[in-house]
Amino acid sequence: MKDKRLTMHDAIAEYVRDGQSVAIEGFTAFICFAAGHEIIRQNKRDLTLIRMTPDLIYDQMIAAGVASRLVFSYLGNPGVGSLHCVRRAIEKEIPAPLAIEEYSHFGMVGRYTAGAMNLPFFPLRSYTGSDLPHYNPLIRTVDNPYGEDAIAVVPPLKPDVAIIHAQRADRSGNTQLWGLLGIQKEAAFAASTVIVVVEELVDEDVIRADPNRTLIPGLIVNAVVHEPYGAHPSYVQGYYDRDNSFYLKWDEISRDQAQTEAWLEEWIYGIEDRARYMEKMGEDVVERIAPGKAPAGAIDYGSYT
Amino acid sequence: MTEQAYTPSEMMIVSAARALAGVQTVFVGVGQPNIACNLARHTVAPDLELIYESGVYGAQPARLPLSIGDPTLVTGATSVIPMIDLFALYLQGGLVDVALLGGAQIDRYGNLNTTVIGDYQSPKVRLPGSGGACEIAINARSVYIIMRLSSRAFVEKLDFYTSPGHMEGGDARARANLPGAGPQLVITDMALFDFNNPDCEMQLVSLHPGVTLEAVTEAVGWEVRKAETLAETELPAAEELHLIRYVLDPDGMYR
Repeated sequence: MKDKRLTMHDAIAEYVRDGQSVAIEGFTAFICFAAGHEIIRQNKRDLTLIRMTPDLIYDQMIAAGVASRLVFSYLGNPGVGSLHCVRRAIEKEIPAPLAIEEYSHFGMVGRYTAGAMNLPFFPLRSYTGSDLPHYNPLIRTVDNPYGEDAIAVVPPLKPDVAIIHAQRADRSGNTQLWGLLGIQKEAAFAASTVIVVVEELVDEDVIRADPNRTLIPGLIVNAVVHEPYGAHPSYVQGYYDRDNSFYLKWDEISRDQAQTEAWLEEWIYGIEDRARYMEKMGEDVVERIAPGKAPAGAIDYGSYT
Repeated sequence: MTEQAYTPSEMMIVSAARALAGVQTVFVGVGQPNIACNLARHTVAPDLELIYESGVYGAQPARLPLSIGDPTLVTGATSVIPMIDLFALYLQGGLVDVALLGGAQIDRYGNLNTTVIGDYQSPKVRLPGSGGACEIAINARSVYIIMRLSSRAFVEKLDFYTSPGHMEGGDARARANLPGAGPQLVITDMALFDFNNPDCEMQLVSLHPGVTLEAVTEAVGWEVRKAETLAETELPAAEELHLIRYVLDPDGMYR
C-alpha cells in the first residue's frame, strides 16, 4: 500500500501550481481552511477557484490575491450575510479584477458529475425563465433526442486539483466521511489531482471494517494530509462544531481591505502552519466547539469465510 | 392579547407555518423559513418532512440551525444524501411538495431576483446568486415566497431574473414545460397574496391586523390587484408565539 502522507506545506507546494483550477469543496461543512491558508502563504497566483459556495475561505483567498477567476453558485457568509472581499473584487476590482462564472447549485452539481463520469454535458431541469444563461454562455439548451422538448445542459467540470476534508483516511488515501456529503465525491473523481485532508489517520483495518462509509478510494488520491482542526472555523461532523463567532467576526473584519490584510498577516503569513494557528486560537476554542456524543448504532456486515 | 403583542416577523413566521397544514414535504431555507417549518411541525403539520438543500431528508434539528448546512440537521435525520441525489432524485424527481423562497426583488408574477441590484457586469450590489433557487422554483410542486413588503423589493421590473415565478403570467409555465406549479402564496410582514386568477398575477388576499390597504398599495411598486373579498389575517395564537420565543428561536435571532 503506497504511503501518500505529506505535510500541508509539501502537498500544496507539490500539487498546486500558479494558473491552475482548484476546487476546495464541502458544503458549509468540511471546508479545508488549512489548505486555503497554505495556498495564500505560498503566494500562489492566477488560480481559478471553484466552489459551489465560496464561503469565508475563498473570501480570504480572493482578498489575498491568489485568484483571477471564480466559478460558483452561491456567494454568501452562510447564515450571516455577504462575502465582502468577493464583493469588493467584483464591484470595485480590489485588490484585483475577478472574472466570474456563475451557475445554480444543481448546475454545479451536474458539472462535477459530468466531469467525474467523463460525459460531454449534464442535462437538468433548470434555467428556464432565468437570466443566468444570458450572462453565462456555457449554460446551453439541447433538443431532447427522444421527444419534442428541449433541456438545459451544463459542461463537465474537471478541476486540476480537488482538496477534500474528511474525518479519516488511511495512509494510501482511502477516505471515510459522514455528515453532509455535499459534492465531495464527484469533485474528487472529476479532478486530475486529489488532496485529502483528515482529522485522523487510521489503519487500513479501520477502513475495511466499515466499507460503506468510504467515500473516496485511495485509487484517485495523490496526497493525504493529517491536519486536525484543518476545517476550523467550519466544522467536521462529530469532531467539532462551526465556530460561529468567527463567521460573525469575519463579517466585520472583511468590510475593509486594509483590516482584512492585517488579519491575513496576523493569522496566515505570520504563522507557520495549522498547529500554530490552533495554538494562537487558544485552548478554549477547542472546548467551545466540541460537540456532545451521538454515536451510530453498530451494524453487522457478517463474516463470509 | 393586544395587537402589539407580536412582531411583524412573528406574523410572517406564523402565517407561513399555517400555510404548511397538510403538506408532506417542504424544502426549507435558513432563517425565518426554517423557524416557520419547525413551527408547522409542532402545530399544523406534525408529519411534515424537512428537506434541506445541503442533502438532508427528514431533519429534526435540536437547535436553531445557524445555516442550511448546520450539523444539527444531520444528527437524528432520516437520511443524509449527496447533493446530486438531493437535486436529481428528490427535487427533480418531484418529491418536494412546497419550497419556501425569498429574494431581494419580486415582480407581479412572482419572478425572483437574488443575483444583482443594477447591471450584472458592474453591479451596484452583488447579491448571493441562485444557489438552488432557480431549480427549486422550477421543480418544486409549489412555491411559497416569504419577503418583507417594501417598494424596493416589490418592483415593476426585476434587475435580474434569477428564478422563475409565473414568468410573463397566464399559462407561461405550462408552455415552457416547467414541472412545478410555481408560486402559490406570498407571505409578507403586512399582508398575504396569492396568484389565483387566470393571469397568475399576484393579488392581495389578506391584510394583517392593523395594516391598512393604503399602506400595502403604497408599498407595492405596481398597481396591485386585489381579491374580490379581502380577509384579515388571524392573529398569532399564544401557543404559536410561545413556541417561537421559547423553543424555536430562544435567542431572538429572527424576530
